[in-house]
Amino acid sequence: MMNPIIQTKRLTRYFDRQAVVRDLDLSVPPGQVTALLGLNGAGKTTTIRIIMGLLRPTRGSCQIFGKDSSELSPDDRMRIGYMVEGHFLYSRMSVRECARFQGAGYSRWNDTQFDRIVKHFGISQSTRVGHLSRGQRAGVSLALVLAPDPELLVLDDPALGLDPVSRRALNETLVEFAADGQRTVLLSSHLLDDVERIADRVMLMIDGRLQVDTTLDDFRRRVAGFAVEVDVVDSDRVAAIPGLIEARRLGPRLHLTVADADEETSAAIERLQATAVEPIELPFSDSVLAWLSRSRNQHSFLGRHHAGEST
Amino acid sequence: MRIQISTGSSSPIYRQIANQTRYAVATGRLAVGDPLPSVRALAAELVLNANTVAKAYSALVRDGVLESQQGRGYFVAAQREIYTRRERQRRLKKIMDPFLAEALTLGFDADQIQAEVQKQLGKLVRSGQ
Repeated sequence: MMNPIIQTKRLTRYFDRQAVVRDLDLSVPPGQVTALLGLNGAGKTTTIRIIMGLLRPTRGSCQIFGKDSSELSPDDRMRIGYMVEGHFLYSRMSVRECARFQGAGYSRWNDTQFDRIVKHFGISQSTRVGHLSRGQRAGVSLALVLAPDPELLVLDDPALGLDPVSRRALNETLVEFAADGQRTVLLSSHLLDDVERIADRVMLMIDGRLQVDTTLDDFRRRVAGFAVEVDVVDSDRVAAIPGLIEARRLGPRLHLTVADADEETSAAIERLQATAVEPIELPFSDSVLAWLSRSRNQHSFLGRHHAGEST
Repeated sequence: MRIQISTGSSSPIYRQIANQTRYAVATGRLAVGDPLPSVRALAAELVLNANTVAKAYSALVRDGVLESQQGRGYFVAAQREIYTRRERQRRLKKIMDPFLAEALTLGFDADQIQAEVQKQLGKLVRSGQ
């Protein structure tokens, strides 16, 4: 790929004896929106903080713009917009004062851009930050982060707790920011429908490791679903299905989610001796869910048995 | 013509856009030569990544439904025969099989299905004029 904007090599980070990020080789390409997905505790925030130079790796390296992320100059930092949930704003300042306060620190500051974004979130600039709703505070944070016209925007769960209208305003702003393909966005999110709308690429972290790193389209294409009717479930044979991501019992059927299904997959499914096998086209969110369930279901990939099930 | 997309659908978003546009052209809602919104305009309206819209438009250009005019945007193309007769039959069968299966499952018999098809076709042909 063209020189990635962010590049990690075998990035590892321990907290005490717990490896929160393990051997991460992650590349964020320029000019695209990359979504970082994973359960809480999968290591997303830690990874982002290391990328932003706020935390040092235990092992491995992390580079932004080709430089070590802990050695960014103030000029480099001005090229990056970083938005975390609960971006700190002084509650007694008015929105306008926030802009002046923040803007003073930047050589490049677009007042018109700030005004537009803030207006888009339905905010009046004379309002004190403390009187804004959560969604509006997110709007101010976003406006403050985008007014310096950064090349790279890094967002950690930006839509957390936002009402639907603010969420839409956030998505609209991000889509516009990324539209010319000249700027890069990395965002971590749990909102799979929003990711489906705005992302070009998805990266999935499970238990500190990167399990998936590809385009949204490729991800969808490569994950297939099957609804299988079997009287008796042979766990070993299910486990032997190549590329199995998840096997879930739903009533009388077994729902299989498989990566890169081919003839071997079909053969393995046939060996289950099912009475019926039906291919299912999966929504993006279901494919992601199947992957993310893996760490939860590590030892019992069939999930929990419910009382009353015959098998 | 108003496009509406759904997230969380088994159909990828670019395909929803392409199918709705195809349908609009097939039913005459969009006439030959009509302009389509620019990629960025449609992306902004639907709150989507612009590349998704671009992908839909590319597919439509490839299939001969739209044409791209340098510097001016996308327009509905004059319908050309780009498939062989055999390919067209194959494609028709592909959409007919699930349609017939569903109709039969719903409990309609052959005569009823044919009558309904005639009725709907009649409406489409009339609205396209």
